[in-house]
Amino acid sequence: MTWDEMLPLLWPATVETAQMVGWSTLFTVLLGLPLGVALVVFDRDGLRPLPAFKSGLGFVVNVGRSLPFIVLMIAIIPFTRLVVGTTIGTAAFVVPLTVGAVPFFARLVETALREVGTDVVQAAQAMGASRTAIVRKVLLPEALPGLVAGLTVTVVALIGYSAMAGTLGGGGLGDLAVRYGYQRFETLLMIVTVVLLLVIVQLLQSLGDWVARRLSHK
Amino acid sequence: MIQASGLRKQYGTTVALDGVDLHVREGEIYGVLGQSGAGKSTLLRCVNLLERPTAGTVTVAGQDLTALGDRDLNRARQRIGMIHQHFALLSSRTVAGNVAFPLEIMGVPRAERERRVGELLELVGLDGRGKDRPHQLSGGQKQRVGIARALAGNPSVLLSDEATSALDPATTQSILALLKRLNTELGLTILLITHEMNVVKSVCDSVAIMAAGRIEESGAIADLIRTPGSRLTREIFPLPEPAPAGSVTLTFTGDPRQPVVSEVVRKFDVDLSILGGSIEDLSGGSVGRLRVALDGAEAPAALAYLRESGLIVEEAP
Repeated sequence: MTWDEMLPLLWPATVETAQMVGWSTLFTVLLGLPLGVALVVFDRDGLRPLPAFKSGLGFVVNVGRSLPFIVLMIAIIPFTRLVVGTTIGTAAFVVPLTVGAVPFFARLVETALREVGTDVVQAAQAMGASRTAIVRKVLLPEALPGLVAGLTVTVVALIGYSAMAGTLGGGGLGDLAVRYGYQRFETLLMIVTVVLLLVIVQLLQSLGDWVARRLSHK
Repeated sequence: MIQASGLRKQYGTTVALDGVDLHVREGEIYGVLGQSGAGKSTLLRCVNLLERPTAGTVTVAGQDLTALGDRDLNRARQRIGMIHQHFALLSSRTVAGNVAFPLEIMGVPRAERERRVGELLELVGLDGRGKDRPHQLSGGQKQRVGIARALAGNPSVLLSDEATSALDPATTQSILALLKRLNTELGLTILLITHEMNVVKSVCDSVAIMAAGRIEESGAIADLIRTPGSRLTREIFPLPEPAPAGSVTLTFTGDPRQPVVSEVVRKFDVDLSILGGSIEDLSGGSVGRLRVALDGAEAPAALAYLRESGLIVEEAP
């Protein structure tokens, strides 16, 4: 295969991967951030202790975390059909990617928020801050570097998941590697795909590290 | 200004506060002295209800905090400043941002906030440092930010949780001097807890000595010093306890240069040997404590004379 033959394959696949990862990252943050906050706030020694509710949430999160992504993807096909009306194509795979990443990200959010010292939280309570104000003005800003680090890990994981989604009809670089690299023995394309993924992951990780460092004032 | 009655706090079977009554008058600096584990931190945290007491009531500025709901309690807390041993500053904010935090909570508009932050930083001697980050400051400067932040809501009461314990001696003195100044200039009532006698000696008007969840002794320092056998006096003055048999311990307040001892020797037929003693500067003035042995026929008359001169005379059996 020549470069002229590979480029028309690589470019759309990269765009599909970017779309899958981009949209699912957005939805993961929108759903996972509140979930992670809830895991901390409703904890036994949280701002609003509701231990039974927190245990329930924790259980659901653990179920999501314990299913291998490839199994989860197939298991929630009916749900995917309900949400997007189809189970193939890039858009359809945003659903399982999000469902798979939300519990993962929520746990990372939980960890980052727990890193915030109890002394600053109590200082805010002593100043008469409401629980909402403590979450918005203390917990989230203080945990921001950790949240960014968690998000970076999540995005990298999503790129990995999206490759699996590719094999079930989601398109993207994973799909390309399976169809050409594995099924047609196009070794050169396989190598190029691997290098491309590597570069993307490295760049994202470096970007995430840089932003986290910039935000940290310790 | 602060009135706590019958405070009990239990964690499971551990009793942290075992029936504590505390009365802090308006405009005074009140120290709670005790070793770690004595319950003083729990007591302080019960005053603004960071810890809810198992039993008892807390009244601050005439308001029974234990009776308030969440919203009203938060409003009341905005009028009670607090400073912390490890400063508890937000690393995500600048110095100015930290001081502005309580003002944001109170809903003060931005322009007003900025003006007030400038005033507060000047008050604590940090003008021009507003744009710095907390990690760029020394411990003493961080505590000054903490103090500025605590004063943002014009509180009538300041609670200090071991605020100088993480600081070196010179910085401790400068922070204590600042607290004393705020106490005098703003009429701020300060309740502080500490394990350092030095803090009590330098700034406190009144003190409570705590051990095992109870207050063992409390009152105005000037009164406690005059109370024979008080724990405070024994702890401030490093004289060997118990006093040796036959010795006499004299405590004198006021001008330390009053020549009563030489007068006694001149007027009465006694021999006087000094066994030990020291003079301490307390916030209310200096106090001396002298242990002597008095021998001679006129010793009882000499002691009576000393009592008449206003000294506190404690005779060891």
